[in-house]
Amino acid sequence: MSEWTRSASMMPELLSALLSGALTTIEITFFSFILATVIGAALAIVQSFPATLPRAVIRVYVEVMRGTPVLTQLFVLYFGLAQIGIKLDPIPVAILGFGINGGALLTEVFRAGLQSVHVGQSEAAFMLGMSRLKALRYVLLPQAMRVVIPPLANYGVGLLKETALASAVAAPELSFYARNLVTKTYLSGPIYVMAATIYIAMSFPLSRLAQHLELRASRGRRAP
Amino acid sequence: MGTHAKGLLKRFCGRKDLNWPPGMTANDLQGLANAPPLITVSNLCKSFGGQPALDNVSLTVAAGERVALIGSSGSGKTTLLRCVAHLEKPTSGEVIVAGRHVGDRIVDGRKIVMLDRQLAEIRTGIGMVFQRFNLFPHLTALENIMLGPLKVLRMKRDEIEPFALELLKKVGLAHKAGAYPEHLSGGQQQRVAIARSLAMRPKLMLFDEATSALDPELVAEVLEVMRQLAAEGMTMLIVTHEMAFAEDVADRIVVMDHGTIVDQGRPADLIANPRHPRTLALLRPKRAANLRSAS
Repeated sequence: MSEWTRSASMMPELLSALLSGALTTIEITFFSFILATVIGAALAIVQSFPATLPRAVIRVYVEVMRGTPVLTQLFVLYFGLAQIGIKLDPIPVAILGFGINGGALLTEVFRAGLQSVHVGQSEAAFMLGMSRLKALRYVLLPQAMRVVIPPLANYGVGLLKETALASAVAAPELSFYARNLVTKTYLSGPIYVMAATIYIAMSFPLSRLAQHLELRASRGRRAP
Repeated sequence: MGTHAKGLLKRFCGRKDLNWPPGMTANDLQGLANAPPLITVSNLCKSFGGQPALDNVSLTVAAGERVALIGSSGSGKTTLLRCVAHLEKPTSGEVIVAGRHVGDRIVDGRKIVMLDRQLAEIRTGIGMVFQRFNLFPHLTALENIMLGPLKVLRMKRDEIEPFALELLKKVGLAHKAGAYPEHLSGGQQQRVAIARSLAMRPKLMLFDEATSALDPELVAEVLEVMRQLAAEGMTMLIVTHEMAFAEDVADRIVVMDHGTIVDQGRPADLIANPRHPRTLALLRPKRAANLRSAS
């Protein structure tokens, strides 16, 4: 009996195991996306202020995160922190790891977005009596979002697939389940095809959403 | 003035933290003969990377006065205007607007830093119109006008909207309330930008070459709005290349050259009796050229 016919008979068990892994994948993707966005926006805003020390600290953070593999960062969080007595569960480690890694990437994205807004816009906001924070909130950020949304959405789509790395710290997500099922059943072909199909089923709507947001962001309301 | 505008004025002028000269309201400003100057610039210097742009400039503007700053490109007139708004930080010297020192200052050898919030307060009373309009492209004309009152003066939408519409009508754009800036002509954008400044009930309006970026046929409509403002008694400091407008509207013309004020006076006096060659070259180029070729 070929592995495909054998796997057909085991379909319900395989599918339910993989789908529960997919739920964890969505959970990790969702929360680390939120965390990364918050970190990225906050740090880009801090960077837009003239104070030099925070800017230097942020630069170091961005460079360290960009210069090391996510896998290494996950290991440091999981095994490194455990050595100094901080034991985190795999899912929080994954959320934290992807969050602070993505935060560094998105800091650059938000920074570019803010820089794309013409300096005359902040001057006009200041002359209405706005503080820096008000100018950011009501004038600069809304305009920066036009530039930020496309790479932000692409980041989200990429993140969904990247979370497969969380299986290395035993986070029970889709790839983790797939590999476990393969070691139990030796049905590597069918199981990985099923896992890939589930990834596509999740990422396709996401990339459609990204396209939609991109279109909406670019429509009208350009700076004259 | 409608009850609405009155309430607005009361609300604005009643703000304790604004700290304008005591008892002064937007209405009182007109015709106050012995009022303290609204702008005092003393010994102002500004250089960009060692290149001097302003060299020891002093200037006062009284409440209700219209002053036109003229001079060729690079003469420092825009830099002077931007220093009054503190969009440029002076290298040295002092700017006082409505009795308040603008920017950091040194008292008894100690530097007193002006906070972001304090600067914002002072700017609340200063309207500025930019060469490039700088309307907020993500907001409609009406939203552009209401943003300041809503977010800075913390007024309610239904308090400010009728006044904002009134202002749009005043600049002749009542029918464009819902239009985004990109769908407006340059002249229309600049008129919305003026209305946006007026919505904050400024004591003072600064115009930085408000018509220089406009197609020639659109200049008149913007100048007309500025003329109207002048007629209403608004204090105006105007950087302009429109000499006919300056002569017509300004109480005083200030001529700048190489970062200094080289001449100033009432328009008619300046033309009759210029003290510096730049004055005539700017105001009566033909006569200046004839003089040169004759001599």
